[in-house]
Amino acid sequence: MTLVATASRPSLPAALAAGSTLPVAIIVLITIVIWYAAAVPMNKVLTQPLIDAAGGGLLNTLSISWSLPRPVLPAPHQVLAELWNTVFTVEPWRPRSLLYHCWVTLSSTLLGFVLGTILGVALAIAIIHVKALNRSLLPWIIASQTIPILAIAPMIIVVLGSIGLTGLLPKSLISMYLCFFPVTIGMVKGLTSPDPMQLDLMRTYNASTSQVLWKLRWPSAVPFLFTSLKVAIAIALVGAIVAELPTGAQAGIGARLLNGSYYGQTQQIWGALVAAAVMSSGLVWLVGFIERRVARAMGAET
Amino acid sequence: MSFIGPSGCGKTTLLRVIADLEQATDGVISVNDMTPNEARRKRAYGYVFQAPALYPWRTIERNVGLPLEIMGFGATERARRIQLNLDLVNLNGFEKKFPWQLSGGMQQRVSIARALAFDPKLLLMDEPFGALDEIVRDKLNQQLLELWGRTRKTVVFVTHSIPEAVFLSSRIVVMSPRPGRIIDVIETNFPKNRTLDIRETPEFLQVAHRVREGLRQGHSYDD
Repeated sequence: MTLVATASRPSLPAALAAGSTLPVAIIVLITIVIWYAAAVPMNKVLTQPLIDAAGGGLLNTLSISWSLPRPVLPAPHQVLAELWNTVFTVEPWRPRSLLYHCWVTLSSTLLGFVLGTILGVALAIAIIHVKALNRSLLPWIIASQTIPILAIAPMIIVVLGSIGLTGLLPKSLISMYLCFFPVTIGMVKGLTSPDPMQLDLMRTYNASTSQVLWKLRWPSAVPFLFTSLKVAIAIALVGAIVAELPTGAQAGIGARLLNGSYYGQTQQIWGALVAAAVMSSGLVWLVGFIERRVARAMGAET
Repeated sequence: MSFIGPSGCGKTTLLRVIADLEQATDGVISVNDMTPNEARRKRAYGYVFQAPALYPWRTIERNVGLPLEIMGFGATERARRIQLNLDLVNLNGFEKKFPWQLSGGMQQRVSIARALAFDPKLLLMDEPFGALDEIVRDKLNQQLLELWGRTRKTVVFVTHSIPEAVFLSSRIVVMSPRPGRIIDVIETNFPKNRTLDIRETPEFLQVAHRVREGLRQGHSYDD
């Protein structure tokens, strides 16, 4: 017997008042106001002579501070304009398009994420089954993560380049290097999460190790897996961007950031940052979405 | 057959040794002429734990089918046995539900169906109704007795409830703690189709009294 409570959806204004829309909007508004305000002192080095020439005054200060071609801190509307110009006014396959660069970074992010997840899960499965590995492998895994990625990324790129591997794969490997770690740690925890009674039950059936793994340990670990995957996919993106920095990559979010800083194109940098943030949120949301679907299929209380 | 004794007397441990979940430090245990390890490998017993231990991501039918999957039964045979055993514990119509949608008593009945699904000769039950309230427990006692009547399995039942032990058993073993010793073995002669009403009869009370005496003899509550 189940009681299904179906709450009717409230009307839109009521939902706005009751839900989290209002606080969210207020936070966004405050951020924008602070951003606009900050643009004035931040750009002062550049704007002061221009403001003086225009005769000073609040109006001149604001309009000049918020419309510099190469500001130290561009105003929000300038970043939006940059995004508009690089996303909607160019075909997405041209190098001038931000979408093109997003795709370049996204492809190595996703490949690295998949590789990192496979590696992370494989390591976790090995670690929980072979006691010696827990002692011998885990310290190395942890040590690997204490090295700053910025230090190791150029070495990986150079070493792989010398054996003829360039382009997508080296970048993906750096993503993988970063994102296998949370998956391993999460899955070691998850695969050992079944309680003793559930394990004893398998033993009374004389189940094989692989049956215990796939019918008990794996399903128990699924919630841990998704938590790890959310962390992993976000840092896979960071890895892909970092990997584009030391290689003089021609394309990708990292290349946009680097180019922007070479030529003082701060609007381009901010555009790339916003694009990275949007991609990252989108990827984490996607993992969360799949997580909810899987949880429902696995009988989660909804 | 029931084992009864206060907590700490080793009745659960004994059951776990029979099930080869733990090793005996000394002595020989024979399970239907096999060692516990052989019996486990031959899947000769079904085990019902103190808690249902259902897998929450599996529906009721797939929980009952779990041992069948592991033992390599075909899909049609699995479906037949799932149906049969859910019938036995009166849980028809709950096949597609998940464990959390069922009450504690129903969950424990699912775990009994699961233990019976592969038709083992022996059913080992470790205080299966210990976590349930008295009303549910009475009902399940009655149902278990009927189940026993229909399936004729050997049931080894561990409990610390005197009425439960007396009502369910044809033989009651009374145990004492520290060290775990058998104080008394009592044969009962109640009719096979007995109902809960026999608990009011003088014969029942007499057996219950003997169990209580045995428990008191082995265990001083003053220490």
